[in-house]
Amino acid sequence: MTHFLAQLPVLPVIIPFIAGALAVLMPKGRPAWAWATFFSWLTFFACAAVLNEVATNGVISYHLGDWAPPIGIEYRIDLANALVLTLVSGVAAVVFPFAYESVRTEVDERQTPFFYAAMLICLTGMLGVTITGDAFNVFVFLEIASLSSYALVAMGGRSDRRALTSAFTYLVMGTIGATFFVIGLGLLYQATGTLNMADLHAKLVASEHPRVVEAGFAFILVGIGLKLAMFPMHLWLPNAYTYAPSVVSAFIAATSTKVAVYVLVRFLYTIFGLDFAFFNAIFTYVLLPLGLIGMFVASIVAVFQEDVKRMLAYSSVAQIGYMLLGLSFATTKGLTAALVHLLNHGLMKGALFMSVACVVLRLSEHRCRAFDGLATRMPLTTWAFILSGLSLIGVPGTVGFISKWYLVEASFEAGKAWAAFLVVASSLIALIYIGRIIELMVMRDPPATGAMAAPIREAPWSMLIPMWILVAANIYFGVQTDITAGLASDAAAALMRGGR
Amino acid sequence: MAIVDFIVHRYNYLTAIVLMMIGLYIVISRGNLVKKIVGLNIFQTSVFIYYISIGKIFGGTAPIIIGGHGEEHAEPAAEDSALSTIDDQSAAIEDRIAALELAEGPHAPPQGSPQPEQTLGDALRAPPAGEAPPPVASLHADPRELPDTGSVKPAPEDPFVIAPPSTNDSMVAIPPPGTPDSYSIVPPEHVADALHHAAGVVYSNPLPHVLILTAIVVGVATTAVGLAIAVRIREAYGTVEEDELEAADDISEFGEDYAKMQEASA
Repeated sequence: MTHFLAQLPVLPVIIPFIAGALAVLMPKGRPAWAWATFFSWLTFFACAAVLNEVATNGVISYHLGDWAPPIGIEYRIDLANALVLTLVSGVAAVVFPFAYESVRTEVDERQTPFFYAAMLICLTGMLGVTITGDAFNVFVFLEIASLSSYALVAMGGRSDRRALTSAFTYLVMGTIGATFFVIGLGLLYQATGTLNMADLHAKLVASEHPRVVEAGFAFILVGIGLKLAMFPMHLWLPNAYTYAPSVVSAFIAATSTKVAVYVLVRFLYTIFGLDFAFFNAIFTYVLLPLGLIGMFVASIVAVFQEDVKRMLAYSSVAQIGYMLLGLSFATTKGLTAALVHLLNHGLMKGALFMSVACVVLRLSEHRCRAFDGLATRMPLTTWAFILSGLSLIGVPGTVGFISKWYLVEASFEAGKAWAAFLVVASSLIALIYIGRIIELMVMRDPPATGAMAAPIREAPWSMLIPMWILVAANIYFGVQTDITAGLASDAAAALMRGGR
Repeated sequence: MAIVDFIVHRYNYLTAIVLMMIGLYIVISRGNLVKKIVGLNIFQTSVFIYYISIGKIFGGTAPIIIGGHGEEHAEPAAEDSALSTIDDQSAAIEDRIAALELAEGPHAPPQGSPQPEQTLGDALRAPPAGEAPPPVASLHADPRELPDTGSVKPAPEDPFVIAPPSTNDSMVAIPPPGTPDSYSIVPPEHVADALHHAAGVVYSNPLPHVLILTAIVVGVATTAVGLAIAVRIREAYGTVEEDELEAADDISEFGEDYAKMQEASA
């Protein structure tokens, strides 16, 4: 047993990786799904065990293959890491059991082994990005996650062929972003001679080539900014989230941009550290304005969308703006707010996209007209959407309120009271676009004629239970914040200290 | 002229930049999906060239240890070429390792080296992978003590003279991969002297090679996925031209009238 536990830090990556490779051999249909679900649960337990280990005993340092860093790849897990690991694997553990019915309708049965393999590999990539302590390893896992995402988005082509063009655009933009990231890494490597994150930090501070380092940072910021859908580089996101299969939207929307935000945090605070002279300019003139513009422009565009998935996608861009706003304050409270919102947004968007997936299952449509009178036809789904929508707006008693609270607190503490007002203002815009859908669901009559008038049942239990688990998490962590906010503030404090 | 010198001596960076911009321009300006993928490839090629150029060490040979380390008398390169079979060579390596163990004197670790008990021979002999995994408690590293033996210092930059491409002389500072827990970095001048004295061979740094290979593999995978999606788009839409695809998507989104309106105004 000790041997097993000693290898615990590598399990979150190895389990889904091998399971994904073997999933291709599974018989199509239910066995492939069961295989993927079982291993997603195992991965979640491994990540929870890692979080427990880190919370009680401190930072974990694991040398891959027993090669010592900085030459060997090191997995360095502190609280920030562990929280994002738990989020990603938790969302996977909920989405995979949810997926069976939805995938059965949206993906050709012959492709299901490959579909679930791609989902597991996407999970591997995201967990690997989070867990590693080596900068180039981040690039490798980021590309693993991205490539499988491109394929997963394209799987929606059977329902709507626009998924294919969306996947292609996503691929081109994502590859440009990743290549910028690797150029930046090359510049940092050229300046320091190392790729290990802790070692980079030690050497960057003393570097004699400040311009190379600055250029490297610029490339990395742009590359990662594209992956996390920072305002002008978010163009791939709405189409990709809208036309992907519903399960893929739910999974990727709740995890992939969050992981990219985590990578940005890791680079800003651990690898570079706040001492870098040009960081003041970056925070004030890049992250802050782009975060604010993202918050407002994306929210306003979301108001006018006819397609609910596209509205939620623009909403995601806006929420990323909140996280960037929190980061740009460069204070512990700001970083805490960004991390808390990272975790909470995963829960909120996951639940929202899952309720849309239930609607798509029954009505084959995710535009607004499918939501007319849904409260009478699919009450459980409706209330799941309403509760997670209220969470998105930031109603007290939900996780959304907690993250907005932390953001407002951080704004006041950073001396930027106007930012607090802007946070509240854009939450009001969220109220508009969520409120529109709630009004359709609760107040309108169900369609009397047409394709969607046929009587429908509620979504199957295999979908309702995981969705409501996530909705319950929204409420629970909105009241009991020890795990999310408590650990996030510890994580932020550790990151500000320079990490260890 | 200083400016011309400045430009000419940095031709590797300029090549990378030119390729990068050409690639990006193709991606943006060309409407055919396959041409976009080609542009992406050119863009990625610039990255490979950049990595290769920063990893180049003039006079460096392939990073494969020639015949083992430290012979106080023979030239390893000369002897190696005389051995044709793998068995002979491994026997020769064993001999040299034994010789190294015996001849501790001239090859005692240099003063100030923080690797007191480890000889290179030991390191070669006992790969660490076979050790029993440490108990759970050792998962938690102590706050890392950074070596104060001096970091790798790149050569000072005279802006009008070519900077040696191997500014990351980390090759000589890196302990061989078989040394567990020897996180410390040996000052480059000591180890460089020892190695050069012992073997007379300069190795290229294998790490940039590894990074390039990874980037190439990622690039190939991306190209494959991109072209596969392009094939599917061709099946679904009947075209791979971006403007026709956009027109078709607009029709799906907004209906036939919108397309006619667009055409009328265009």
